Amino acid sequence: MIISAAVAIAEARRGRLGERVYSGRSRAIFERGYIAFKSSTWMVILSGFVEPVLYLFAFGYGLGELIGNIESNGLSIPYAAYIAPALLATSAMNGAIYDSTFNIYFKLKHDRIYHGMLATSLGPLDVALGEIGLALVRGFLYGVGFMAVVAPLGLIPSLWGILAIPAAVLIAFGFAAVGMALTTYMKSFQQLEIINIFLLPMFLFSGSFYPLTVFPEWLQFIIKALPLSQAIHLVRGLTLGQINLGLLGHVSYFIVMIIVGLFFTTKRLNALFMK
Amino acid sequence: MSTPHIRQGSLEIVDQEKIISRGSLYVAQARLTAMMKWIWMILAIAVANPVLYLLSIGIGVGAFIDKSAGAAGIDGVKYLTFLAPALLATAAIQGAIDESVFPTLEGFNWWKNFLGMNATPISGNQIATGVFLASFVRVVGTVIIYWFVMLAFGALESSKAWLAIPTAVMAGVAFGSITQAIAGLLKDENMFFVIFNRFVMMPLFLFSGTFYPLSSMPIYLQWIGWISPLWHATELGRYLTYGHALTQTMAITHMVFLLTLLALGIFFSRRIFTMRLAK
Amino acid sequence: MSSPLITARGLTKKFDEFVAVDEIDFDVARGESFGLLGPNGAGKSTTMRIIGATSQRTSGDLTILGMDPEKFGPQIRAHLGVVPQQDNLDMNLSVSENLYIYGRYFGLSRKFLKTKIEELLEFAQLQEKRNAKVESLSGGMKRRLTIARGLVSEPEILMLDEPTTGLDPQARHILWDRLFRLKEQGVTLVITTHFMDEAEQLCDRLVVMDKGKIMAEGSPAQLIKDYSTKEVLEIRFGSERNSEMADQLRGMCDRIEELPDRILLYSEDGEALLEKIYSAGLHPKTSLVRRSSLEDVFLRLTGRTLVD
Repeated sequence: MIISAAVAIAEARRGRLGERVYSGRSRAIFERGYIAFKSSTWMVILSGFVEPVLYLFAFGYGLGELIGNIESNGLSIPYAAYIAPALLATSAMNGAIYDSTFNIYFKLKHDRIYHGMLATSLGPLDVALGEIGLALVRGFLYGVGFMAVVAPLGLIPSLWGILAIPAAVLIAFGFAAVGMALTTYMKSFQQLEIINIFLLPMFLFSGSFYPLTVFPEWLQFIIKALPLSQAIHLVRGLTLGQINLGLLGHVSYFIVMIIVGLFFTTKRLNALFMK
Repeated sequence: MSTPHIRQGSLEIVDQEKIISRGSLYVAQARLTAMMKWIWMILAIAVANPVLYLLSIGIGVGAFIDKSAGAAGIDGVKYLTFLAPALLATAAIQGAIDESVFPTLEGFNWWKNFLGMNATPISGNQIATGVFLASFVRVVGTVIIYWFVMLAFGALESSKAWLAIPTAVMAGVAFGSITQAIAGLLKDENMFFVIFNRFVMMPLFLFSGTFYPLSSMPIYLQWIGWISPLWHATELGRYLTYGHALTQTMAITHMVFLLTLLALGIFFSRRIFTMRLAK
Repeated sequence: MSSPLITARGLTKKFDEFVAVDEIDFDVARGESFGLLGPNGAGKSTTMRIIGATSQRTSGDLTILGMDPEKFGPQIRAHLGVVPQQDNLDMNLSVSENLYIYGRYFGLSRKFLKTKIEELLEFAQLQEKRNAKVESLSGGMKRRLTIARGLVSEPEILMLDEPTTGLDPQARHILWDRLFRLKEQGVTLVITTHFMDEAEQLCDRLVVMDKGKIMAEGSPAQLIKDYSTKEVLEIRFGSERNSEMADQLRGMCDRIEELPDRILLYSEDGEALLEKIYSAGLHPKTSLVRRSSLEDVFLRLTGRTLVD
């Protein structure tokens, strides 16, 4: 379903990008991903789901006891309910980044899988969409899994919260598209590490654990522009039922990320393989 | 053509005694040469890591905790002061793992350069010890940098605070030596790290009394702390940096735990490296 | 001749149930160039690793430089230069650092290594790449570096496991020349190879291994004499008729081998045999008379089926 959606998006963009880059068969890439799936891959996916749950218990309940309630948009909210959406957004990001950077880099440089793929009628956009499709499935699984844990704990006070699942997919899509684009420019593993170096501060300062209001205004402004902060505010707005037009702003942010990411990935794969 | 070299032969030029006594240092030298290519990255991580964590969690989360805890504080001090020794030991452990696990996997699985080393007079024991020594150097550097950042943040209150450096190093290398032994056993490390990080490291990091006293966790989770080098080092670190209450018996227990782990780690890495190379 | 440098008696290596090396006996004399030939999986590399004092034998006796590798591994390895089948360079280090650090593993001094590295860089023709990361080298360059690295300690015994696989013909011939010069300086060479021309060029004496056992032993010329004829006549009648014709040709020569595309006739005089065939009224589509080579011996001893 997600894949057909992804394909549909690509179909719509087909005219603009040209037949040369897209044959409408990203499904084949996705299928390859499915076949290449090993049992250990499941463990990785499972572990990605376990991570936010561990953080939730350690921080939400452990620290929550020390912190008590926290103010968000004038409401007093239990600490666990405050950080839960942030953890979901972060795990969607981490999963998508892992899939679209380290995994893709290996296929690109070590296994040379794309050389083979692009020697067929597949175009670079097929490859991009097929690979990113895998990240989307992961985002979806994390969304559903996390919901299944936190909703019974009463951490999703609003019915709007159900939309956090598609939001996780959207977030994963955005990060995967940009992540893959960046990866195609990477020359060594060391450069990939740089991505991680940006992720840590983003995780620590994007308002996962406390409101951004503790920071000076200028810093708040910078943080709000970062994708993880956008993601956290989108998911948190939904789970806490704080619905406003600002959420649409966050959604558009990710749509832009997706378009930009796909554009550069396609362009770069073209340059690398279709010279 | 340069002037032809007169061949003397290995019987003349190779000094067996020297290799037996210094072999592991040669291996460490190779590792340190490799590390120097990364030195800026290693230093940047060593500085950025404490700054970011102490700012975000120590001061950021700390602001909320200190407000809620009032004058009593956490364990009698500001949250930042309480948290810092735990993060110090965490950084030591992380650095040690990086320098023990990756070289081991490279050496046995990815590039097989350990097989190259072992084709020389260097023994498996010397390779294991050399890798350990290099990781020790990295950990000492990381911990010292971290300690000074803590000092700058005003997180050190006791005059004994400098002794937290050796205790954190001990936790790091103890854990590192164990992971070095484990890495030596891995034939197919595919995905091992992601799983190890999330099912072992992450729980240890989160549930070792790092962010709040171990005693405030439900009793059925406290065992995680007891088996965790991080908790043992953190307890020592808290005692040394701000005078956290610690009985002499417990202090000795923590030391003995870490030293035992270190001894086991070194023993098994050497064993495992030697056995694997002789296959 | 002094006592052999390497002596193996009943040398055996098992991996669980699988017998990789099966009770082999051989000697290598000082200054000799000794070859191990055999198809994939014959046990050559395992034998090399046992001689290299890194892999422990399961049973049998082995003495290298008068020592038992099980007890004196490091002492033996101090005098070996090993070029493994798969390059295992330290990818963290640059080209010259690889040579330097490897020299350190032999406890060699900085001063000695400084000049040695220059010599080896020239030998491997990697002077321009001295500061390059190993990762960026081509396959052939890595191979040359691995070979150069094996020479850093001026070893008594140089062990080369398929040294020229992945090298282009130029590099192969240069290497043969360098190895020949080392041999002249008294270095003992132990070589495994798939390339029969290489074995003929480099080896004074060789053993052919198959399935862990030694099938034959001798100098290249002796092996050809023992296991083949002086010449080989290759004729083709077209793939449909080969088998039918082969039956008619049997008895005309010492040995006949029928392949799907051609028939091989082993004879001391190929031209004479061909004339005999024509005069019998048989007209092959193509015919070729050539000298018998080590490859004929090899294929005869180890069979033509693919092994993997």
